[in-house]
Amino acid sequence: MATDILIAEDEPSILEALSFVLQRAGWTVHSVTDGSAVVDAILMTRPRILVLDVMLPKLSGFDVLKQIRTNRQTQDLPVLVLTAKGQQQDRRIAEELGADMFVTKPYSNTDVVDAVRRLLDVKSAIAGS
Amino acid sequence: MTLTADLVIASAVAYVGLLFVVAFLGDRHTRNRHGGFLRSPFVYTLSISVYCTSWTFYGAVGSAARTGLEFATIYLGPTLVFIGWWFILRRLVRISHDQRITSIADLLSSRFGKSSKLGVLVTILAVIAIAPYIALQLKAVTSSIEAIAGSSEFGRGSIEGWDEVGLAFGVAAGMALFTILFGTRNVDAKEQHHGVVAAIALEAVVKLTALIAVGIFVLYAGGGLENIFSRAAEAGLNIHATETFGDRWIATMILAASAIICLPRQFQVTVVENSDESHLRTASWAFPAYMLAMSLFILPIALYGLTTMPEGSNPDMFTLTLPLAAGQDGLALFAFIGGFSSATSMIILESIALSIMVSNHIVVPVMLRFSADDSQGDGHGVRRLILNARRLSILLILFLGFGYFSLTRASDALAPIGLISFTGVAQFLPAIIAALFWRDASTKAAVAGVTLGYVIWLWSSFMPSFASSSPMIAEIMAHGPGGISWLRPQALFGLDWLDPLSHAVFWSLFLNTIVLVVGSLCTSQSALEHVQAAIFLNVSRPGSGETNPLRGSATADDLFLVARRVLGHQRAFELFSEEARQKGTAWSSIEPSPTFIDRLERELAGSIGAASAHVMLSKVVSGGVVSLEEVMQMADETQQAIEHSQALERASAQLRATAEKLENANRQLREVDLQKDEFLSQVSHEVRTPMTAIRAFSEILLSEKDLDQSASQKFISTIHKESLRLTSLLDEILDLSALERGERVWESRATDAEETLDQAMRVCDALARQNKVLMKTASRAIAATVLADPDRLSQVLINLISNAIKYNGSANPEVTVHSRIVGEQYIIEVADNGAGILEEDRERIFDKFYRGRQGEAASYAGAGLGLPISQQIITRMRGKLELVARAQPGTCFRVTLPLAQAEFADPKSDAKLNV
Repeated sequence: MATDILIAEDEPSILEALSFVLQRAGWTVHSVTDGSAVVDAILMTRPRILVLDVMLPKLSGFDVLKQIRTNRQTQDLPVLVLTAKGQQQDRRIAEELGADMFVTKPYSNTDVVDAVRRLLDVKSAIAGS
Repeated sequence: MTLTADLVIASAVAYVGLLFVVAFLGDRHTRNRHGGFLRSPFVYTLSISVYCTSWTFYGAVGSAARTGLEFATIYLGPTLVFIGWWFILRRLVRISHDQRITSIADLLSSRFGKSSKLGVLVTILAVIAIAPYIALQLKAVTSSIEAIAGSSEFGRGSIEGWDEVGLAFGVAAGMALFTILFGTRNVDAKEQHHGVVAAIALEAVVKLTALIAVGIFVLYAGGGLENIFSRAAEAGLNIHATETFGDRWIATMILAASAIICLPRQFQVTVVENSDESHLRTASWAFPAYMLAMSLFILPIALYGLTTMPEGSNPDMFTLTLPLAAGQDGLALFAFIGGFSSATSMIILESIALSIMVSNHIVVPVMLRFSADDSQGDGHGVRRLILNARRLSILLILFLGFGYFSLTRASDALAPIGLISFTGVAQFLPAIIAALFWRDASTKAAVAGVTLGYVIWLWSSFMPSFASSSPMIAEIMAHGPGGISWLRPQALFGLDWLDPLSHAVFWSLFLNTIVLVVGSLCTSQSALEHVQAAIFLNVSRPGSGETNPLRGSATADDLFLVARRVLGHQRAFELFSEEARQKGTAWSSIEPSPTFIDRLERELAGSIGAASAHVMLSKVVSGGVVSLEEVMQMADETQQAIEHSQALERASAQLRATAEKLENANRQLREVDLQKDEFLSQVSHEVRTPMTAIRAFSEILLSEKDLDQSASQKFISTIHKESLRLTSLLDEILDLSALERGERVWESRATDAEETLDQAMRVCDALARQNKVLMKTASRAIAATVLADPDRLSQVLINLISNAIKYNGSANPEVTVHSRIVGEQYIIEVADNGAGILEEDRERIFDKFYRGRQGEAASYAGAGLGLPISQQIITRMRGKLELVARAQPGTCFRVTLPLAQAEFADPKSDAKLNV
């Protein structure tokens, strides 16, 4: 069974909060806590969307994004990147690497839910057309 | 043709008339056609041959008859000077043209700060020194007339009843009249006398032809050169000129070389009358060639005369008496005219040159001093005065010569008389050389040197020539003045083994030079001297800037009055009109520029000498003494400018250094700024993570009303945990920053370190169990007392042990704590059996926020401040915290602390130490 959302986040508290909020919004959620596990998890769980933290152990969010965009099986996956406020450089790099949307930490839960919803709508719009 | 005294005198007068016509035509010729052939280098060369006087014509033969080849030195000296023309002569000519130098006195006065004193000195000395030379010419002419008269069957004719002195007086008077007519018709701006030069050139041709004619006659009469020499050898004459070289040779050579520069008439023809510098190039070979031609027949004539003429004949007159004895009256007359030529050319030029010096350096300055009235007359006053002064000087000079002649007539040789004059004028040589080549030569030294040289000359050269007519002088000669033998004129300071001439030359020139050199080194130059020295030395560089030291305000009217007084109305009017035309202003509104004043000064200098011109103009320009003060001021300003620029240079060097420092400081600031940015960005990241969690959970709690109790409880405790984490992070940041600034003060006291270690291990026990890490205690020190704050030390140890527990990735994690005492040091080691710290991280492990790869990978990552804080604390305890490399896997941190001294060894003592 395919998952709706894959979360890649190393901070346990943040991961817990995110999972809770997204599940409450009605999506199924799967999660990984280090960068090197992301691509495998995508291939395995076939998520409709990836929520990706930039600061990940082992493999940074940027490297993960690069892998996703160069892999034909994963290159169309919508990616929501969690960046830190004031890290303009991070945001630019992520944009160039093909991130679809950004949410800045510390975020409001509704921002994340709205962003995920919009990405899913776009995807379904494309899929429906 | 019969030769009588009357005929000879008539011929002489006729010859003089011819010369006068030539001079007159020459003047007109140059005025109309800008010189033409009269300004050719050959006329110039011929005029220089005024060097060959009757002394050469008659005296050289006499000299050759008496002392062999020595006469040749008189030609060798000048030859050397002319061959090396570019060395001294070219420089002299250039300077003199640039500065409108009119005489040797003017040259020296101009170079040495336009010193009137030096000009007067040189003039007086030159007049005295030349007197014997004039006398020599009078004697030669008189003797030659006597020789003809004595050999004539018609007796003395109209000179019957005239004795030698009377005849000489007549000759002198005639010469004076002739010279006045010739040389003082006008005052020229450049003191050039083209007509006179033309006449002199003609005379040069006449005397050379006459001497060669006599030479050829002698060769013919004597049956060829070989015959003459072999007959002389038979007669026991020393024809091979052995024992010729010696001190006399050197002395006469030096004298002749200096005479060609220092004799007033030579300076006049070579330098003043020179119209084109390039003529020197021709003269450099043509003049030596002329002298060679002149000397070619000297020896044959002398030898032939010695072998054929009766015993006791005056060898000085051989040139004349040999043709007479052979009945060659025509040739004898020609020879007489040749000798007469030599004498007249010398007398004319010498007295013109001297009269210029006398009028410019003595009469005009005196006149300037006594005539305060600047506005007098129509402008002809000064000119007339100058001309009259020159006429009087000519009379004076000729009668000084006559006086010398009448006092010394007992001696009959010509050559020694000439050498006395040469020695006299040679005293100018050191000053002239210094003027041309030595910037530091000073006026005082030049005056002193010339004066001393002159006194010695007067004493040991001039005075002895009167010995034959004065018993008193003969007495001094023999025993010294008042019996002081070391002052004997020809054995000064006991130097009695030199020939008298060499003796005089040596002492006078040696002391003269020494005084000049030493004096210049000891005295300082005035500003004007400095300026003039620079002008003289820079003359070989064309276009070198020359500033006129005369500056200030002067009205055109004042200047015109001065110019008109000296130059005459016509010339002054031309000058001012030209200036007005160049400036494009009305004649009356000329504002004299420094350039114009400079030009005017040089124009005046041409008429009245540099010193007088300077004095005269400075009276008008800003009135009186201002010029010199201005010069001084200029010099001061220059000095100030130099100092100013040096100061500027220093200042700019300082500025450069400051700028460099600033740049360095700026670079450091940028680095610090970058570090600060990095630090802030790291802090913000570390703060953001707990903040994100807190915000997310509190929003959940706020929005989700139907949460069950246990979930909300869990979320609240997470919020609590994260806020604690946030607090401890902020504490750590503040702590570290305070430690780094040295603001944290704690009490260091004797602390039982082993006990602190035990406490720390107990605190970490729970964490170890939670992480399933085995805490092992290896060997321990029995007891250790260190000076420390136990809480701080504990903080460090807990940090190290908990790190070892948290970041141990091993399957069977272990942490080993070990302590020991080595010497005065107490050592704690905390080791784990984890993956260890990567090589690349080792260097940065104590950096703030740096956690290394393993640290980042760990599920519970700290902020990366623990190790930097720990290191700060241990450093403050005078200890060391380091990462130890080990053979076995894992990480090992070592704390090294100095043991407390004995007095603090008891942990219970109250000894406290603020660190």
